[in-house]
Amino acid sequence: MYELRNVTRRYTRGKETVHALDGVDLTIPDGDRLVIQGPTGGGKSTLLQMLGGLDRPSEGEVVLDGVDLARLSEAKLTQVRSENIGFVFQAFNLIPTLTAQENVETALVPLGVKAKERRERAAEALTSVGLGERLGHLPSEMSGGQQQRVAIARALVKRPKVLLADEPTGNLDESMRDEIMDVLETLWKEHGLTFIMVTHDSSIAKKAPRLATIRKGKITVKENVVS
Amino acid sequence: MFFTYLRRELRRRRKAALVVASGLALGIALVIVVTSVSSGMGKAQDKVLQSLYGLGTDMTVTKAASPTANPSERPRFQFDAQENDSDEEQSSDRVMVQGFQTLSASTVTKVGKQSGVADAVGGLSLQVVKVSGQFTRGQVQQNGNGGQQGGPGGAGGGSGQPQGEVQGGGANFDVNNYSVYGTDVTEPALGPLTSSKITSGRTFKSTETDAKVAVVDSAYAKEKKLKVGSTVTIKSVKFSVIGIATADSGDSAANVYIPLTQAQTLSDSKDKVTTIYVQATDSQKIDSVKSAIQKNVSGTTVTTSADLADTVSGSLSTASSLATSVGKWLSIAVLIAAFLVAGLLTSSAVSRRVREFGTLKALGWKSGRVTRQVVGEAMVNGLLGGALGIAFGLAGAYVVTAISPTLQAQLGGGGGGGQGGPGGGGFGGPGRQAAAKTLDVALTAPVTVTTVAMAVGLAVAGGLIAGAFGGWRASRLRPADALRRVE
Ligand SMILES: Nc1ncnc2c1ncn2[C@@H]1O[C@H](COP(=O)(O)OP(=O)(O)O)[C@@H](O)[C@H]1O
Ligand SMILES: [Mg+2]
Repeated sequence: MYELRNVTRRYTRGKETVHALDGVDLTIPDGDRLVIQGPTGGGKSTLLQMLGGLDRPSEGEVVLDGVDLARLSEAKLTQVRSENIGFVFQAFNLIPTLTAQENVETALVPLGVKAKERRERAAEALTSVGLGERLGHLPSEMSGGQQQRVAIARALVKRPKVLLADEPTGNLDESMRDEIMDVLETLWKEHGLTFIMVTHDSSIAKKAPRLATIRKGKITVKENVVS
Repeated sequence: MFFTYLRRELRRRRKAALVVASGLALGIALVIVVTSVSSGMGKAQDKVLQSLYGLGTDMTVTKAASPTANPSERPRFQFDAQENDSDEEQSSDRVMVQGFQTLSASTVTKVGKQSGVADAVGGLSLQVVKVSGQFTRGQVQQNGNGGQQGGPGGAGGGSGQPQGEVQGGGANFDVNNYSVYGTDVTEPALGPLTSSKITSGRTFKSTETDAKVAVVDSAYAKEKKLKVGSTVTIKSVKFSVIGIATADSGDSAANVYIPLTQAQTLSDSKDKVTTIYVQATDSQKIDSVKSAIQKNVSGTTVTTSADLADTVSGSLSTASSLATSVGKWLSIAVLIAAFLVAGLLTSSAVSRRVREFGTLKALGWKSGRVTRQVVGEAMVNGLLGGALGIAFGLAGAYVVTAISPTLQAQLGGGGGGGQGGPGGGGFGGPGRQAAAKTLDVALTAPVTVTTVAMAVGLAVAGGLIAGAFGGWRASRLRPADALRRVE
């Protein structure tokens, strides 16, 4: 469970100060599925970075299961990321020189999983996203949708508590969008994890049980539009 | 994962790796070539010096310069002019001590007793001028009408007399100039003969202290058609040739070698030597031995190989100073440039992979692990560069050795003579007929294990420097950089 209190993130560029997040209070229960919307530059990605322990707030607390990520040492925060957080990026962020299987394995490296088990679990995760036949393919040899599925396998192979996705369909064309959304939906249900996703896709937003909107660093949450 | 990732990166980003590697390779190859050429220069210089005083000699002792040396001691020849009808050939040998400066044999013992001296051997260098030919007396003509009976070759000659004239006196002769070295046959390990190999016959036995035997240099033997068993006559003394010696450097110290006592007798210099060859107990202590001898044995000049090396001029010394100055600085500059370029390229490669490394950090990779990956890649690039560099360097050194460019070495120093230069200049090597001596030496570029080890060290250093640049850059990346749009 996430408890965010007065989370503020300021960026200073020269004399100018941007409030990417401005006093955000937010509670996300375990197993929740939260969709975040908002205009570009509103602060969506910044919020996701706070939730994922990729960055620290200038002010406020980001409490995950009773631990304030803002106050953790770099080493502890790295450990939290490696064990509990799965991240899916808009641009897939696969390592271009590694095969699909090796890319998925990179998520298990910090956990100290032995090579053999790593390979097996990576193959399993890729099979679960429908890429069991493409273990040895390089990112450049796959379509965008397939690459994003590799990235999803990489995020989930370590069985994290939280899956964070920042516009996961943003770089994909429409046919692939539904494919990816289906995969994510299925996995969310299967794994019972907390799933927080930023999206511009209004059709997805409409179906979301909980919808947060971030504008100029301020957040508003609407409960259950349709169900 | 470390090695898998490393292998994949190097395989799939071969070009980037090769750019870094070839920069380092260039620097390392240059260092190898310059180092081996320099050592080849050193070898060439050693060879030049060796040809003068033999192997194992660390310094020579000669008589100190004395400005009062008697210039009247020039060679003189006396011939009896023959009657007109005689065309008997006459010859005369004039045996001179090289440089006209001798030391007493007791000095050899004295030098040998100095601390730090392992061995001291005396030798006597002689210069023999042999003049042979026909001489005809001019005819005295009364009331000079005839006067047509000039002797053969009658160019020179007569001088007018008031009462008549001497006409047509003349001479037809050859001057043959060669060097003889009197060697201490009881001490075969030191002295000029050590830089020659006996290619025919044998060398002196240690019992032949006063035997009438000679070892002849191969070049001189060829010229004079001498071989083992032939006879060499010096000042009417017949020496039988027991061996032919070939100088290692192709340039011998003397034409003829005879036992020291014989040489002393021939030149009327009993118990005298021209040069003392000294071997030090420790080659590191040559300078202190030199000053000890100069202090304790008065009236001597001590010349070390370093002193003599200073007098070497010609293309060898030019090339040698070029290799040590320009070559050294050039390779250092190229090396530094290569290191910097490797570092900057590695650093910029990291900048292009900001998102990749940010992603790994976002996945929970420790900063150290990411840095290690970058340093590992840089190290492999460095070693690759080292391997390439060693290959190019060896090839370069091989080419130099294969071509073996000829360098000339001129040894300076005045050659004896009236002014009594310091023992015939420098080391006063026997058989130096001219004041300066020119030697042709082939340049080689021997690559030593040390050179290769140094190259490997440089490759590792290059890899570490590149790794430090890249690693430092990588360690500063944040996990949030995974979201950066730059690629
Ligand atoms: N690293 C950064 N440095 C400076 N300003 C930043 C940085 N990241 C984000 N911002 C600023 O913070 C604001 C929010 O950005 P972001 O969270 O990326 O918005 P969104 O994801 O909703 O488009 C924007 O005005 C953006 O310019
Ligand atoms: Mg964004």
